Amino acid sequence: MSRLLPFFAFMLLAALLGFGIWWNSAHDPTAVPSPLINKPAPDFALPMLDTPARTVSKQSMLGKPYLVNVFASWCFACGEEHPVLMAESKNLGVPLIGYDYKDDPQDAKAWLAQHGNPYDMVMADSSGHTAIDFGVYGAPETFLIDGKGVIRYKRIGPLTPKVIAQQLKPAIEALQKEAP
Amino acid sequence: MTPELGQLALILALFLALAQSVLPLLGAWRGNRALMAVARPAATGQAVFVALAFAILVAAFLRFDFSVQYVADNSNLQLPWYYRIAAVWGAHEGSMLLWVLILNVWTVALTLFSRRLPDAFLARVLAVLGIISTGFLCFILFTSNPFARLLPMPPDGADLNPVLQDPGMTFHPPVLYMGYVGFSVAFAFSIAALLGGSMEQSWVRWARPWTNAAWGFLSCGIVAGSWWAYAELGWGGWWFWDPVENASFMPWLVGVALIHAQAVTEKRGTLRAWTILLSLFAFSLSLLGTFLVRSGILTSVHAFASDPRRGTFILGFLAVVVGGSLLLYALRAPKVAGGKAFALVSRESAILIGNLMFTVAAAMVMLGTLFPLLGDALNLGKISVGPPYFGLLFPLLMLPVVLLLPFGPYLRWGNSEAPVLKQVLVRAAMAAVACAVIAAFFVQGQLKAIAGVAGAAWVGVGVVLYIVKRWREMARGRRYPAEMAGMLLAHFGVAVFLIGVMLSESLSVTRDVRLSPGQIATVGGYEFRFDGVSETTGPNWTAEQGVVTVTRNGAPVAVMHPQKRTYTREQVQTTSAIDPGITRDIYVALGEPMDPNHVAGAWALRLYTKPFVRWIWAGGLFMMLGGFVSAADRRFRVKREVEAAQAVTATLQESQA
Repeated sequence: MSRLLPFFAFMLLAALLGFGIWWNSAHDPTAVPSPLINKPAPDFALPMLDTPARTVSKQSMLGKPYLVNVFASWCFACGEEHPVLMAESKNLGVPLIGYDYKDDPQDAKAWLAQHGNPYDMVMADSSGHTAIDFGVYGAPETFLIDGKGVIRYKRIGPLTPKVIAQQLKPAIEALQKEAP
Repeated sequence: MTPELGQLALILALFLALAQSVLPLLGAWRGNRALMAVARPAATGQAVFVALAFAILVAAFLRFDFSVQYVADNSNLQLPWYYRIAAVWGAHEGSMLLWVLILNVWTVALTLFSRRLPDAFLARVLAVLGIISTGFLCFILFTSNPFARLLPMPPDGADLNPVLQDPGMTFHPPVLYMGYVGFSVAFAFSIAALLGGSMEQSWVRWARPWTNAAWGFLSCGIVAGSWWAYAELGWGGWWFWDPVENASFMPWLVGVALIHAQAVTEKRGTLRAWTILLSLFAFSLSLLGTFLVRSGILTSVHAFASDPRRGTFILGFLAVVVGGSLLLYALRAPKVAGGKAFALVSRESAILIGNLMFTVAAAMVMLGTLFPLLGDALNLGKISVGPPYFGLLFPLLMLPVVLLLPFGPYLRWGNSEAPVLKQVLVRAAMAAVACAVIAAFFVQGQLKAIAGVAGAAWVGVGVVLYIVKRWREMARGRRYPAEMAGMLLAHFGVAVFLIGVMLSESLSVTRDVRLSPGQIATVGGYEFRFDGVSETTGPNWTAEQGVVTVTRNGAPVAVMHPQKRTYTREQVQTTSAIDPGITRDIYVALGEPMDPNHVAGAWALRLYTKPFVRWIWAGGLFMMLGGFVSAADRRFRVKREVEAAQAVTATLQESQA
């Protein structure tokens, strides 16, 4: 009997791995909530894309909820997401902050000029160092940060009308109900 | 036309692999020599066709054949030729082809060096390798064809991920695979022994050099990967407990256990079932590692494209190979504990404790790696464990190993007397305490560093004492047989590794600074002067290159050139500058310009000093060397069965003497 133990242990493991495959095909694997959710956003202070002399920091943004949308001119999926942002950004009810990730500022400016600028302001992280603190692993990504500087929602991958309607807007509404 | 030839070659290889897996097994079962004789030529033929397919893929990369999807995805016209060759295994399809190629290299090596193995045994071994090869060839042909065409053909390709454009990357995957796949030999030997049943013991000695060599390659591959992460990723770390790193580390840990268990089984006949089980585990974990990387069920920095179809295929294959072999084990493993009895104080006991620690450590790593999956399965929410979990448990599990290590060679098989052990204990402990006291003056009260020095002295002095003892007591030429030399090298590597880990972990200094040209920052006793940034170009990138002059008390130490490279496809990659040294590394990474429009101005820089960090890899290389040296022992050369039996009795007598 004890000789069969390794076999049974392996069967359990195989079942777990099979579950993993099923889980990943049934669930959007990119919908992994960030470990940062419900944790304070990392401290950041980044220059603004248009006026690099001014910086945007976590402190300066405290008080009201806002969205941070990580994008880059080199990022293909951001191009897909962009029209959605153009259409929806004014209906979200919170400011949309662009986060220009590992990008040449000139390219980003040209890209926004060409495709339109959905953002209320844009900060530039051309080194990507701050993005490491945010746990960014690829553009586009979107963070919803509340007035106390706590991350409340995160989306990895492009926002689509469906995601905005089903996930992002409910999250924003929940925030607004909380707020006094 | 040529890429289709590559595919055709793979299909032919698949048929030969099928022949290699089925016919010799039938032959060994029926006692039919003709069928058994199929194994060797089928294996050779398969290797030829796989090598041909591989060569065709290499040629496609060298000739910029962008009509092949895989080539177009992973190279472009600017990519230098050596990275175009490395690009062959830079993504999923090609790296699977490399996997099969290396499996064939091992198989052919086996057919060459094991001509004198009993026919039925060799037939079974080659058949098992053929089954594994069949699985992987099917995997390539059905889910990941590297020769798929891309029409219309693009004028230029994409790019090899810039992270992979590093010398370390060119040989890290092949060497790592040599290790992973090498465990398939020990696996095949175990299965053949289970199937054959009769010769319970001699197969272990034939398997030993293969296990040691595979483990040596695996050590080398892990060292190369760790070095690459350190030099290329620009984070200054050398190990991240990332799922894919763990995937290579688990077979390594089980490999350590297996090497020692094989020694016990070969020399004493004990732990037979355990040795078989460990051989099965080592290769199963290699397969599991492949599964984890390829299925994408765990997220990792090793961003390979994942595909549920591939995951399902490998899982099915895993279930057949691992499940089948464990079932076979349950049915056929030796039922009675054989071999010679041993007392509490004996070499067997020490090895058994070590085995326990290493297998528990491997299980601990597996649990930590699969934890996010368990969280999903048991509906505990998204959870994962990181460095704190591993960082706490792993040293705890390794502590008994380090404490026992100096005694290992002094312990006798079966039963050991206390006085000689007491002598070792006193001497090694005195050395450890003395070194700790001396170290305490230099390390600013860092307990971890002091413990590291003490541990390294404890292990290192233990090894050196034994070297001296052999030198005094044995006749010339018999002092250090390769098997023992390998063991001493690997154990000494542990001491070197301990120094590297404990000192670099506790004494490293990191500073993020903003420097204008001409400004100086002091880190860890070194002055770093930033001399500005200029433009430079490489074959397929342009870079902003900083110049940082490092001095110590005014004396020049190094001029360093950290870069921020922009590759052809606008991917930005930081290339840090490292000034290596035996007692410390100086490491500079270029951040971003404070004012993007004025790159000649101030920049953010990340400066590190890392004492003794190089000893980590040096220790790993000692261990690798240990594996290779002991694999070369003459004693392992296969003799005919009669001679082999005599040799076993001779060794037994010698080891009891």
